[in-house]
Amino acid sequence: MAAAAYAPTETSAWFEAFKAFSNLLADPRLSFALATFGLFAALRWRRAVFNWWVGGAVLVGLAIFFIVGLKDPNFRLIVAKPDNVPITIMLFLTTFTLWLAMVQAVNNDRRAEQKLPPEEKETSQQKTWVWPDLLYIEFIALILCSVALILWAIYLRAPLEEPANPSVTPNPSKAPWYFLGLQEMLVYYDPWYAGVVLPLIIIFGLMAIPYIDNNPKGNGYYTFAERKFAITLFLYGYLALWVFMIITGTFLRGPGWNFFGPFEYWDPHKVVALNNVNVSDYVWVVLFPKIYQLTGIEWFNQGLPPVRNVIWQLIPPSWENTREFWHEVGMAFKREFAGIFFLAFYFLVLPGILAKTWMKKFYEQLDFVRYSILVFLVLTMGTLPLKMVCRWLFNLKYFIDTPWIKF
Amino acid sequence: MSNSTSTTSQSLGTQVRKSIFRVGIPNTDRKRVLVVLGNVFLHLHPTKVRTSGVKLRYTWCAGGLSFFLFLVLTLTGVLLMFYYRPTVEGAYVDMLDIRSQVPFGIMRELHRWSAHAMVIMVMVHMFRVFMTGSYKPPREFNWVIGVILLVLTFLLSFTGYLLPWDQLAIWAITVGSNMAKAHPFVGAAGPFSDFLQIGGVPLVHPGSDARFMLLGAKEIGGTTLLRFYVLHCVGLPLVAATLMAVHFWRIRKDGGISGPL
Repeated sequence: MAAAAYAPTETSAWFEAFKAFSNLLADPRLSFALATFGLFAALRWRRAVFNWWVGGAVLVGLAIFFIVGLKDPNFRLIVAKPDNVPITIMLFLTTFTLWLAMVQAVNNDRRAEQKLPPEEKETSQQKTWVWPDLLYIEFIALILCSVALILWAIYLRAPLEEPANPSVTPNPSKAPWYFLGLQEMLVYYDPWYAGVVLPLIIIFGLMAIPYIDNNPKGNGYYTFAERKFAITLFLYGYLALWVFMIITGTFLRGPGWNFFGPFEYWDPHKVVALNNVNVSDYVWVVLFPKIYQLTGIEWFNQGLPPVRNVIWQLIPPSWENTREFWHEVGMAFKREFAGIFFLAFYFLVLPGILAKTWMKKFYEQLDFVRYSILVFLVLTMGTLPLKMVCRWLFNLKYFIDTPWIKF
Repeated sequence: MSNSTSTTSQSLGTQVRKSIFRVGIPNTDRKRVLVVLGNVFLHLHPTKVRTSGVKLRYTWCAGGLSFFLFLVLTLTGVLLMFYYRPTVEGAYVDMLDIRSQVPFGIMRELHRWSAHAMVIMVMVHMFRVFMTGSYKPPREFNWVIGVILLVLTFLLSFTGYLLPWDQLAIWAITVGSNMAKAHPFVGAAGPFSDFLQIGGVPLVHPGSDARFMLLGAKEIGGTTLLRFYVLHCVGLPLVAATLMAVHFWRIRKDGGISGPL
């Protein structure tokens, strides 16, 4: 499915500037930072942000961006693709529901300051008849939903491309849109982690939420002030690491999984230098030779220690093979010691430090098991932005790169 | 109820109507109770609910619409099954026929857009439940069921994605199912899988690993199509419907729609 090449059509200088600016902003290095800081800023100044004016302005601004953007053929090609329409809908719906939840949270927090109960409390002790009061709401919702679906189905045909052909690989090949966050993570992690382990951690992490969060407040009403940490953490995972990654994976990744701005032509021949290096390369190839030059100690001049891919063959057990295997594991430890130290520090020492400092409150509130699970989940989540930032700043590929496992 | 309803004193129409709708127009509180209790579908609800929970701005109708979309998907899915053969020879041709030959041919559109909408709606529902703290005791386990239902929604959509048997379908599933071969130990390309060998003969290889189990072959083909079809139309919907029943039941047992106490 090759996209047609579009010659630039005559457009105004303003439109060109708008497109160039949007392409610049959309670069993950910038957009991810903007999304992260934007989210934290919005939560910090929530009273100024989550109201009718800002909410309306953001939604209208988004709508204008899409409507104006559709004038551009490259933007139209990717956004108007039938299977990408849901992602635009998700973008608007996510923005709207975030606003809707936070407006009520801010309102309830303000009431709490005035020693008033949350607004839900005013009617939570009263009962309403299911027939007719609830059923007519459901009935209307159902009809509106049906009408929307039928109109959507009439005006937009479901995609059907050429018949399946295993010998013609489209570039880019993309998973269904809801898995594009995971596919985007393949840029930063190996498949065993991004595709298998991390999804499992996400699923079990989500399941663990009610058993870890033992804050009794905020049960059954919107609030932010009473659950700051829980909501911030969830919103960061949901918005910055899930929704944002899906949008990046869908709209901004073209041939070769290279980054393309929303108004950029998907050039299949775009060349992007891949010069990613490991922590061990920095240590053995960059740092240690410098130390050698300074001190003259020969040991620092040995270069990257070689590690052979020896398979530990269990059956039949062989003393020779076992010794050989553990020798290579030892070599891997030697080569990757910096990354191993760092990850050991990150996952084993940092929880202890956090327990005394930033997360002291949680360490005291939760028992040891709950705290350990919480901090493991937080730190695991943190490796993604960490790896992204390290990639952008230092071209970092792996913290640990052994023949058997890479992270 | 007085037992004066002898059949002789009723017209046929009255008898038929009363045999179906026992309560009549629910214009008294007593009848409002009876109409909900006496109807298997309405009985999903209690007779009365917390007033704060009925408000649209509290629930956003997200859970209800997710369920409604599931019903739409079941209905349109059954209709599509009349026209669709899960074979390499038949699938794509049937897609063309569904599009151009079947009267009112928007069934596939309805099915596909409902599927996307359901994925979004389930995510929105989870977001709402989180933001209102509704997963907190006593509703912890229902949140867990909800997470499983979210995963099942993804899997339902994923298995359905292959069925049109076009380029979009097989390559999306190729990318997705390539993850299966990256499983540690049980995926042929995953870490430690080559440790599992006997006398140099690997136990985990492309013909025996997790991806093979998913696809029913080394590459996506007719076996995969059949496997995904069965999962999509029978296996996963059964599991999802069962868990939905548990989910709804638990809402009732855990005190109905959440609200401040």
